[in-house]
Amino acid sequence: MPNAPADRPRRITFHEPGPLLVDGPVEVELEDGTTVTSDRFRVALCTCRRSRRHPWCDTSHRKRTRRTREK
Amino acid sequence: MDQHRPEPPLPSARGRISAAVEEHLLGTGPLPRDEDTTAVPAYGDDLQLALYLCYELHYRGFADVPPDREWDPDLLRVRAALEHRFLAALREDTPVHDTLEGSLAELLVEPVDGSGVTHYLRDEGELWQLREYAAQRSLYHLKEADPHAWVLPRLSGRAKAAMAAVEFDEYGGGRPERLHARLFADLMTDLGMDPTYGRYLDAASADALATVNLMSLLGLHRSLRGALVGHFAAVEITSSPGSRRLADAMRRTGAGLAAAFFYDEHVEADAVHEQVVRHDVIGGLLEAEPHLAGDVAFGVDVTGYLEDRLAAALLTEWRTGRSSLRGGL
Repeated sequence: MPNAPADRPRRITFHEPGPLLVDGPVEVELEDGTTVTSDRFRVALCTCRRSRRHPWCDTSHRKRTRRTREK
Repeated sequence: MDQHRPEPPLPSARGRISAAVEEHLLGTGPLPRDEDTTAVPAYGDDLQLALYLCYELHYRGFADVPPDREWDPDLLRVRAALEHRFLAALREDTPVHDTLEGSLAELLVEPVDGSGVTHYLRDEGELWQLREYAAQRSLYHLKEADPHAWVLPRLSGRAKAAMAAVEFDEYGGGRPERLHARLFADLMTDLGMDPTYGRYLDAASADALATVNLMSLLGLHRSLRGALVGHFAAVEITSSPGSRRLADAMRRTGAGLAAAFFYDEHVEADAVHEQVVRHDVIGGLLEAEPHLAGDVAFGVDVTGYLEDRLAAALLTEWRTGRSSLRGGL
């Protein structure tokens, strides 16, 4: 959270089968050595490897069905 | 670009009720009679615009309308009658799941053969249709997150903290250039549209007005706080995949960088918001007030009901090459 003291342990939450939630801001080092950052209050890191916005979650972990309905 | 002043002009009336409400706002005529408010269709242009006018006094107001009309007791009585009609119709028409888990589960799967508005716009939407979509949605996106901010004082503890965090993100994390409403104004500019607040109120269809009236209705009534939270969850859960399709549509049509960025930001932001809203806002609310589970489910399902109505109306017009707007752009 924006006003949390920096010396407090950073909380990481698992929401299987979804992303890892990490309190932001975060810097993520990718496989190729480059880094990306996000200063959002919380960040969702992809764990299913299907995201098109890797390393950020884009909800691609969701189950797919044949039902037709859009909200 | 100043989207804050002046207050937008009153739109054109769409029937007897909205005309009478406007006359009253300007001090030039009487309010609609009770029998008038019960005689028109609940989702029709006249009732939806009249209700929208009443609600808009709580946001930005209108030019030439005294700001204290917001708390005019006679007008509030009329608003209550309109709300009663609207809410009764929604309760009657919305298929509500037996459990909240059922309501949410349906949103958490992604159809591989989806045929909604965002699928259509991604696959075959033309620039004029993207502009129409932006005009319809501008009624909400230019005040994005405002209707939901009203629920904050009605929440406590975990739910309040989580809701405030999500709203903070919607409001740009403290940076005005990243306010989601501002990002949408930039999108409109990319599309060659006028981002002035209220500019497309005359053009918006009754079905589009209804989706925004729902937010105001749920936001302004503490008694409907559970439904507001359910509504917000439905918006956040469905946003990421839909935004991805709209970002693709913006890129395919060459709409512009800001136009694509608005939806790219929502793919990423709402993937986070969805988790926070489900686990902490809904979770926190129901921990404190478990009796609200049914209201939360209603909020989820009623959002889908009105969004489906809007989607069907848009696609019906667009598939035959017709404008979905009143009077075009």
